[in-house]
Amino acid sequence: MAAEGNAKPAKKLNLKENYALLTRGLGWEPSYEKKEDIFRNVDFEGVVIHDWDKWEDPFRLTMDAYWKYQGEKERKLYAIVDAFQQHNGQFNVTDARYVQALKVFINGITELEYDSHRGFNMLAREFPGVGPRIAAQMQSLDELRHATTQIHTISQYAKYFTGMNEFPYQFDRVWYLSIPKSFFEDAVTSGPFEFIVAISFAFEYVLTNLAFMPWMSGAAFNGDMATVSFGFSAQSDEARHMTLGIEVIKFLLEQDPANVPLVQKWIDKWFWRGYRLLSLLATMMDYMLPKRVMAWNEAWEIYYEQNGGALFADLARYGIKPPKRAPETIAEKGHVAHQMWSVFYANRDAVGFQMWLPSDEEMAWMSEKYPDTFDQYYRPRYEYWKAQEAAGTPFKNSTLPQLCQVCQWPCLFTESGDPTTLSLRESEYQGQTFHMCSDGCKDIFDDTPEKYVHAWLPVHQIYQGNCFLPGVDPTAPDFNPMVEALRYMGIKPGVDNGDFKGSADATNWEKWTSRPANIHEGAYTDAVRDTASTADVTARKAG
Amino acid sequence: MPIKAITPDYHGDFKDGVEKFHGNQIVNIHWEKHLMFAWPMCVPLPPAMPFGALIDGVLPGIFGAHPNFKQIDWNAVEWKTSKGPFKPDLAKSLTDNGIGHKTTISFRTPGLNGVGGNAVC
Ligand SMILES: [Fe+2]
Ligand SMILES: [Fe+2]
Repeated sequence: MAAEGNAKPAKKLNLKENYALLTRGLGWEPSYEKKEDIFRNVDFEGVVIHDWDKWEDPFRLTMDAYWKYQGEKERKLYAIVDAFQQHNGQFNVTDARYVQALKVFINGITELEYDSHRGFNMLAREFPGVGPRIAAQMQSLDELRHATTQIHTISQYAKYFTGMNEFPYQFDRVWYLSIPKSFFEDAVTSGPFEFIVAISFAFEYVLTNLAFMPWMSGAAFNGDMATVSFGFSAQSDEARHMTLGIEVIKFLLEQDPANVPLVQKWIDKWFWRGYRLLSLLATMMDYMLPKRVMAWNEAWEIYYEQNGGALFADLARYGIKPPKRAPETIAEKGHVAHQMWSVFYANRDAVGFQMWLPSDEEMAWMSEKYPDTFDQYYRPRYEYWKAQEAAGTPFKNSTLPQLCQVCQWPCLFTESGDPTTLSLRESEYQGQTFHMCSDGCKDIFDDTPEKYVHAWLPVHQIYQGNCFLPGVDPTAPDFNPMVEALRYMGIKPGVDNGDFKGSADATNWEKWTSRPANIHEGAYTDAVRDTASTADVTARKAG
Repeated sequence: MPIKAITPDYHGDFKDGVEKFHGNQIVNIHWEKHLMFAWPMCVPLPPAMPFGALIDGVLPGIFGAHPNFKQIDWNAVEWKTSKGPFKPDLAKSLTDNGIGHKTTISFRTPGLNGVGGNAVC
């Protein structure tokens, strides 16, 4: 008190003391509860930890500094988002096909950020060590921020384009969104150590750059300043998450040799699951960006084969080997984007976005990027389908797929050495048959069938009658199961799906911007006045 | 190795037992070397359905749009499941032909390998 005149000001802490108090100092030794009663989920996986204090704080960040930095990032980001909205930035992207990629993002990826928030929240509760608990708590908040900033940013697009307005509803119901959903729910329902190896190491450290770098440059290249902004706002968080991933692995491997086989098993499993999830990105990069930055096979070479190769060479001293199924990913790199786009096109009436066949310009690019595969296998297929469209008999598939019990993709992938043969795998378990898309997924099923037998496979759920809105009568004479299943999934037939040409998005785009909805095909409607871009296409077609 | 879980002897319930399909069983059908149909087609069928009815009544609705389909000589078709090749008796039921719940049937049509002989078409 000033009146007393003799109160000393509180001693100013030096940086080191401040850091210690605001990180490790936040923990305490329990006095009236046993430690094993408080941390009940930390032993059952069989991981051996001798000394939690050996955990290096990977973030070197105190909680108060964390809040300050994140607050600054938010202020900057939302200033840009405001400007983007005021200037109708949604119309500055290359064309309306680009918007279809954003639909995949908001419906299939943003929810994973939220699931990740939940997962790290649990770790922040379950780890006995203070260092990892604080790291998990920070990442949990980061992930919540990623979900909210993506929702806010993409909401501007949702005001003008179809298929983005029901993302949380759709995530739980749309048949192909069970692929990302089941990926993360598998991780969240694992033990805390499997979760952190799965998400922090296999996904964030080994695979995220692949999602981040080419995808963000693709957004920038196509004029999507909103996505670029939330991307860069998240990037410094990602850098922290990757540090956590590598710290976790080193900590587990150094604590006890008994951890090595467990870590290896989780790396093998989650590398494969993460790779299968990212196949979606392969097709987004190669087909949905009207202006492309890099092909999927190039990204895989740089971000997995080179960077991942160096990483696993480094981890060899702990007895860790590269992921068991890495050779399959390399064998598939020239095929996977094309196989996936074909499947989306053939089934365009059953997805929540609009589809098109690649233009001549795009096919020329693919021939150049995929000299060993595109002209031989995929160009003939697209040319046949183009001829079918021209003849007025466009090709469509209308029968639901056999799904993989593990990754939940349709069994559409081919054998490593033979792109004309599907890689179908099966396991018998307790008298029942289960299907897998690959050896990688079969390894996972066979290791823990107890978990995967109760996967919620959308195709089987539809046939069991569990995917119709209340009041729908499957015995009615005019009952159409496909239409009713789409309604249940929140997809409006004829509006959200089908052919891009003639869709509400394409038509509105031309009306609102006077620019072609597909820069490679010229105007679909006479609303297009931008003669430069039309003339360009006309000239290219003529030449 | 059994699963490690918080609950001892944890086991998920079987989501897709045949009893949940209202009298049908799930059958997956794949036409090899015609990858325009890029996955095995999953359909619910009565187990008592004769194999011939599968060919006459089900397959045209799935694969009929393919130009090769009309040219198929059904006597020459080679059938197999994961248990190996088999020769279906067209008058007998799916069950009597060994087709159970969630069986995947693959068939090959000799001489017909996709549009223009390209197996991905
Ligand atoms: Fe994130
Ligand atoms: Fe799979």
